[in-house]
Amino acid sequence: MFETKELEINMGPQHPSTHGVLRVILKLDGETVVGADCDIGYLHRGVEKLAEHREYYQALTLTDRMDYVAAVSNNLGYVETVEKLIGVKAPPRAQYVRMLLTEFNRISSHLLWLATHALDIGAMTVFLYCFREREQILDLFEEYCGARLTTTTFRIGGLREDLPAGFVERALSFINDFPKKVDEYEQLLTNNRIWILRTQGVGVISAADTIAWGLSGPIMRASGVKFDLRKARPYAAYDEIEFDVPVGRNGDSYDRYTVRVEEMRQSARIIQQCLAKLPAGDIKVKVPKVRPPKGMAYHSIEGPKGELGYLLVSDGGPHVYRMKVRPPCFVNLQALPRLVTGRLVADVITLIGSIDIVLGEVDR
Amino acid sequence: MSGDVLFYWIVVPAIKIALVMAILPLMVALFTYAERKVIAFIQVRLGPMRVGPKGILQPIADVLKLFLKEDIVPSKANAFIFILAPILAIIPAFVAVSVLPFGPEVPGWGELWYFKFWLVPLANLCGADVTQPLAMAITDLDIGLLFLVSISSLGVFSILFAGWASNSKYPLLGGLRSAAQLISYEVPLGFALIAGLLMTQTLSMNGIVLSQMQLGWSLLWLQPISLVIYFIAGVAETNRVPFDLPEAETELVAGFHTEYSGMKFAFFFLAEYINMITVAAVAVTLFLGGWLPPLHGLLTHVVDGVRVPREGFLGDVLFSPPAAFFFFVAKIAVVYYLYFWLRATLPRYRYDQLMNLGWKFLIPLSMLNLFLVGINVVVHGSLGLPNFALVGLALVNIVTVLAVVHMLRSGKARDGKQALGTAQ
Repeated sequence: MFETKELEINMGPQHPSTHGVLRVILKLDGETVVGADCDIGYLHRGVEKLAEHREYYQALTLTDRMDYVAAVSNNLGYVETVEKLIGVKAPPRAQYVRMLLTEFNRISSHLLWLATHALDIGAMTVFLYCFREREQILDLFEEYCGARLTTTTFRIGGLREDLPAGFVERALSFINDFPKKVDEYEQLLTNNRIWILRTQGVGVISAADTIAWGLSGPIMRASGVKFDLRKARPYAAYDEIEFDVPVGRNGDSYDRYTVRVEEMRQSARIIQQCLAKLPAGDIKVKVPKVRPPKGMAYHSIEGPKGELGYLLVSDGGPHVYRMKVRPPCFVNLQALPRLVTGRLVADVITLIGSIDIVLGEVDR
Repeated sequence: MSGDVLFYWIVVPAIKIALVMAILPLMVALFTYAERKVIAFIQVRLGPMRVGPKGILQPIADVLKLFLKEDIVPSKANAFIFILAPILAIIPAFVAVSVLPFGPEVPGWGELWYFKFWLVPLANLCGADVTQPLAMAITDLDIGLLFLVSISSLGVFSILFAGWASNSKYPLLGGLRSAAQLISYEVPLGFALIAGLLMTQTLSMNGIVLSQMQLGWSLLWLQPISLVIYFIAGVAETNRVPFDLPEAETELVAGFHTEYSGMKFAFFFLAEYINMITVAAVAVTLFLGGWLPPLHGLLTHVVDGVRVPREGFLGDVLFSPPAAFFFFVAKIAVVYYLYFWLRATLPRYRYDQLMNLGWKFLIPLSMLNLFLVGINVVVHGSLGLPNFALVGLALVNIVTVLAVVHMLRSGKARDGKQALGTAQ
């Protein structure tokens, strides 16, 4: 008597909670998702191609603009790859400052994630609490290099400049307070019944699946895979620092939440150690005109969102011959259609948030 | 037509309606401002600060903006129903307010100074008798509460119509969610009200307040659980956090009113806030003693088997019509504050979880509560209960509350810290 039809709905590219310009084409049966298709590319700028017209130190600025909430990590990955290609190593002080800023960046990226994820699920206050702390981190960046988001602060072979006077004290006073602030967010969410209902059992990925799909970062660790590049293939000076790698058990959105929250605490620990151990000395080694020998190099670091890898090819000239980025968001996003199928519309929002994507990096 | 009929049936209700129509939107404006300020306070920010001192004129600026906005009817929409929907939202919202008692019946109002200079001359003009009592409600219907509940449930049509007539996908989903939600939550809401009514033995809103005066206790102390159920269901009825699924902005953009702009949107907005006032006012009237002063049991005493306010200054002042109006509004404001608090604190339920909470938890609980209250009333009778029976009733209710809270806590899923292992 009645005809039933699937409802096709466009979630995005203009939608309050697709974290930018992601477009998800959902097929709905009532409130249940029966099919999902991610349409990306609305923010494509051709970062990899643009790099080919530039010299090695110029291409650095392009990397900032991929995952713009974790620009420092992007810089670090790129700079270390170039250093690998030309075979120089930054001095210890530079390594420590790099670690320090990268971990600050990880906290700020996770804060932005927690803020928007909680807002998507309806917890409005967490959003503003997280931004309160994120603001302080951005102020620290501004103090160091003048920029808040797209810092472009590392240089091939070291740093552009040393930490300004008083930076260490200010960073220390912030980071010593920070765990208490994390408690505040957790108070609002961790044992909140609605939060638990909304995230536990939502979007379960098994450990085997994360490996098969190439997922990395907190998503992988939440499924129980103990893999963190900072431990597995230490770069910068992570082998001299003590920290734990939090691992989840169930691989659902709630575990991804607990893992990321714990990572913020661990980052705070790393920062405290960096500040305590900060060696004296040069911040830059002398790098003559950057003309890497013919060949290629791949290097990856543990970005806030997962494995961030760069493949650089050199033809012996001063320009980047080819840059290929392995973006964690892009790879992680491919899990979305499988995760949302069979779930409700509200879960789509939870899962987009839980995967933690930045469209600037997905589309490049 | 005699002067009394003209005055008491036409002139006075007209004045009251005009007052309510004027005051209610102002109250809404004030409450939206309060909401923004309170939530801003919780979220460590300032809230509106630009328009007027401390941003106090912000609601007026908002309304002006909505007035000046272009009024769009989408070309594919069903224009008639699209325009009808906001009207259907606002009418029940205002009509429901008509039975709310803002204060007691005023017997000798002709003698009161604040009536003498305007209402008394008007009564004389009509040739009416100024010694008849004057109700501080637009009308005090004998079926007041029933009327209110039935009228306010009409609001669901507006949401359904808006969702359907927009001919757009997000509003449609919002409208469907809303219909399911409102119908589900009307059941526990009704049961909670019935439990209260078993004690008061009247549906007349003013009668409910008076019977609480006779009990010497507000129903809050005797049936906390009914109040909790009523409040939760009431929050769901008004589509507020954590039950704001129909207009979940992060999921459905703006839900059923996505396609609305300008004054049509303002109507929905106004209706929602007036409904909140109504829900709060019913909670206040039925459970918090309405216009009675707080702890009214201490301020009244029994004379010839009837509780009356104590003589003296305190009784005269606290039970006078202006004080009654003040207490009524103040109690509404307290309940309203809970709305703000919830909104700032809680995430949103998912659609199926919302249904589970309603059907599998609130409805059984409200039926159990109704059963317990029913037994008590059968055993002890309702009005004029001996005090120990009232205490017993309160204890039963409080034990139930604790049992339920315990159930909730033990039902809590795995703990956050347990889930987390660490690898060195």
